[in-house]
Amino acid sequence: MDTVSMILAAAVRSGTPILYATLGEILTEKVGILNLGLEGIMLMGAFSGFVVSLTSGNPWIGFAAAFIVGCLMGLIHAFLCISLNGNQVVCGLALTMFGTGLSSLLGRNYFGVAIQGLQNWNIPILSDIPIIGQVIFSQDALVYLSYILVAVMFFFLNSTRPGLNLRAVGDNPHAADAMGLPVVRIKYLYTVVGAGIVAVGGAYMSIVYNKFWAETMTAGRGWIAVAMVIFAIWNPIQAALGAYLFGGIEALQLRLQATGTSVPMAILLAMPYVITLFVLVVISIRKGNGIKAGAPASLGVPFYREERD
Amino acid sequence: MLRVEKRIDASKWMNYVIPIASLFMALIGGAALLGTQGISPLDAYCRIIKAAFGGSYEFSETIVKATPIAISSFAVMLCFSMLIWNIGVEGQAFMGALAAVAAVRYCHSDNQFYMLCTAAAFAIMAGGLWAMIAGFLRSKWNVNEIISTLMLNYIAIRILEYFVYGPWRDPSSLGFPITTRFPPSARLPQLFGSRVHVGIILAVFLAFAAWYILSKTRLGYEIRVIGENPKAARYSGMSYMKNVLVVMFISGAIGGLTGMTEVTGLHGRLQASFAAKYGYTAIIVAWLSHLQPFVILLASVLFGALLVGGEALQIELGLTLSTVEILQGLVLFFVLGGDFFRNYRLKFTWRTDK
Repeated sequence: MDTVSMILAAAVRSGTPILYATLGEILTEKVGILNLGLEGIMLMGAFSGFVVSLTSGNPWIGFAAAFIVGCLMGLIHAFLCISLNGNQVVCGLALTMFGTGLSSLLGRNYFGVAIQGLQNWNIPILSDIPIIGQVIFSQDALVYLSYILVAVMFFFLNSTRPGLNLRAVGDNPHAADAMGLPVVRIKYLYTVVGAGIVAVGGAYMSIVYNKFWAETMTAGRGWIAVAMVIFAIWNPIQAALGAYLFGGIEALQLRLQATGTSVPMAILLAMPYVITLFVLVVISIRKGNGIKAGAPASLGVPFYREERD
Repeated sequence: MLRVEKRIDASKWMNYVIPIASLFMALIGGAALLGTQGISPLDAYCRIIKAAFGGSYEFSETIVKATPIAISSFAVMLCFSMLIWNIGVEGQAFMGALAAVAAVRYCHSDNQFYMLCTAAAFAIMAGGLWAMIAGFLRSKWNVNEIISTLMLNYIAIRILEYFVYGPWRDPSSLGFPITTRFPPSARLPQLFGSRVHVGIILAVFLAFAAWYILSKTRLGYEIRVIGENPKAARYSGMSYMKNVLVVMFISGAIGGLTGMTEVTGLHGRLQASFAAKYGYTAIIVAWLSHLQPFVILLASVLFGALLVGGEALQIELGLTLSTVEILQGLVLFFVLGGDFFRNYRLKFTWRTDK
C-alpha cells in the first residue's frame, strides 16, 4: 500500500468515531433536541463497549452494550429536557461531566489491558480497485456499517413517512401535535436512539481504533461531532465527508508528528473549527435571507403542552 | 390520574430549597455509585471535606481553586442574564492569559503596578474582543452563540498551543511546552503567605459590581428585559445589537481576567494546560446559583472544594481526578429536575369526563 492510500485509509478509520457521533446527533437535533452531552456519551460507550468485549470475548456484544448504555444516557437527557422541560444546554453539559466522571470511576481498573478488536475484512473484488479499494473497501465491519448507516439515514430522513414525521416534529412541534403525531413519544425515541449511535462511536475508539481503554480517551471528539453536525448542515452524507476530512487532518498530524514538525500543526488542527465556524455563519446568513438550510426550526426550544391528562 | 399544572406564582423559598436539596440528592447518588465500587462513600466524603476545609492550608488551596471559578462565573452570569449562552469563557481565559504573557514579553516594566495594569489591560482587550466575535455574529446574523463560542474555545486552545510549543517556549524548559518564568514585577501579589492571590479580591469586587450593574444601572435593566422578553425589549427601543456587543465584551473581558490572574497570580508562567475546565465549571456554578452574585461566591468555594477533594481522592484512594465530575453532573441533573417542580406542580385527581 502506498503512502497516500495509507493516509487516506487512516483518515477513514479515525473519522469513523466522529461519523457515528455526528449521525446520532443529527437524528437527535432533527427532532428538535440539542444534546451537547456527546463527549460523555461517547466515553460511556467506549468504556462499556470495551469492558463487555473484554469479558465476553465478542466485540459485537461490546458494541451492543455500548449502544444500550448510550440509549440510557439519552434517556436521562430525554427525561430532563422533554418531560421536565429542563434547559437542553445545561443538561448536555451535565451529561458530559457525568459520563466523563462515571467512565473514569468504573474504568479505573481496566487501564493497560488490551483486546483483540475487529479484524480488517477485505471486500472481494471491490478491494482490488486501485487506491479506492484499499481506502474504502479494506476496513473493518464497523466502518462498512457506518457506510450503510449514512445511506439508510439519508433515505429515512428524506424519503420515508416516519422520517417526515421526525422532521415535522423538529420543525414545528405544535403543528405536528395538531396533526395528531405523538410529539413527546417521537422526541423521546430519536433522542434515545441518537445517543445510542453516538455511544457506538465511542466504542469504536476503544474496541477497534485503540484496542484499549483510557479515561477521557475520546479527547474532545464529542464536541467536534457537535460542530460537525452544523458543518454537515444536518445531512448524513455531508457528515461522512466532514468526519473523514477531520480524520484526514488527524492522520496527517500523526504522520507529521513522526517527522518532527509540530509548530504549524496547531494551525492545521484549528482548521476544522475555523471551517465549522465559517459554515455556521454562511448557514445563518442564508437562513436570515429565508433560504432553508436543513436546520430544524425548533432546535433547542422546549415543547410543552400546558394541558395534559 | 396524574396531572401537571403550572404554578401561578413560583414560591420564593423554592429558590433556596431546590439547589440545596439537589446538592444532597447528588451526594446520595454519588455515594451509591462509590458504594458499588467498593469504596466507602462516607470515607470518601470525609476525605474531601478534610482536604478542602481541614485547616488553614487546606482552606487556602480551596480558595485558590475557587478564585478562577468565581471570576469566570460572573462572566457567564452576565451573558446568561440576557439569555446569551457564552460557553466560551474557557477560550476567553486562554486569550487573556496569552495577552498577559504578551504584555510581559513586549511591554516589560520593573514597576509592578504598571506591569500588572498593562497585563490586565491586554487581557481585557484580548478576552473582550475574542468574545465579541461571537457577539457580533449573534447580533448581526443570528449565528448560534453556543456553537460559535465553543468553536472559538478550540481555536483559542490551538493558538495558545502554537505559542507555547513554538515561539514563546522557554529554551531552557527541556522541551516542555511552557513559557519563561515571569519577572517578579509581573507577579500578582499573594496573600496571607499562601498561594491565594489578589484574584480573590477581584472576585469579591465582581460580585458587588455584577449586583450593582444588574440591579442599579440602565445597562443592567436592559439586560434583564432582553433576557426576559426580547420582543418587549425591541418594541421599547432597546438595541439588541448594542447590548449583545457590550455584554459580550464585558463578559469576555472578565473571562480574560480569569486567565490573566491565573498565570500572573498562581503559575507565574504559561503552560498549555493552565486552566482546568474552569470555564465549564463556571456554567454550572452560575446556573446552580440562579445568577445571584453572592450565591455564586459561595458556590464557587463549594466547587473549589470539590476540585481539591478530587485531588485528595486521586492521591489517597487512587481514584482519577474526573471522579468528582460525577458529582458535578449529578448536581446539575437534580437542579434541572428540581426547577420543574418550582414551575409546575403535580396533582393527583380522579379522571372526570370531559
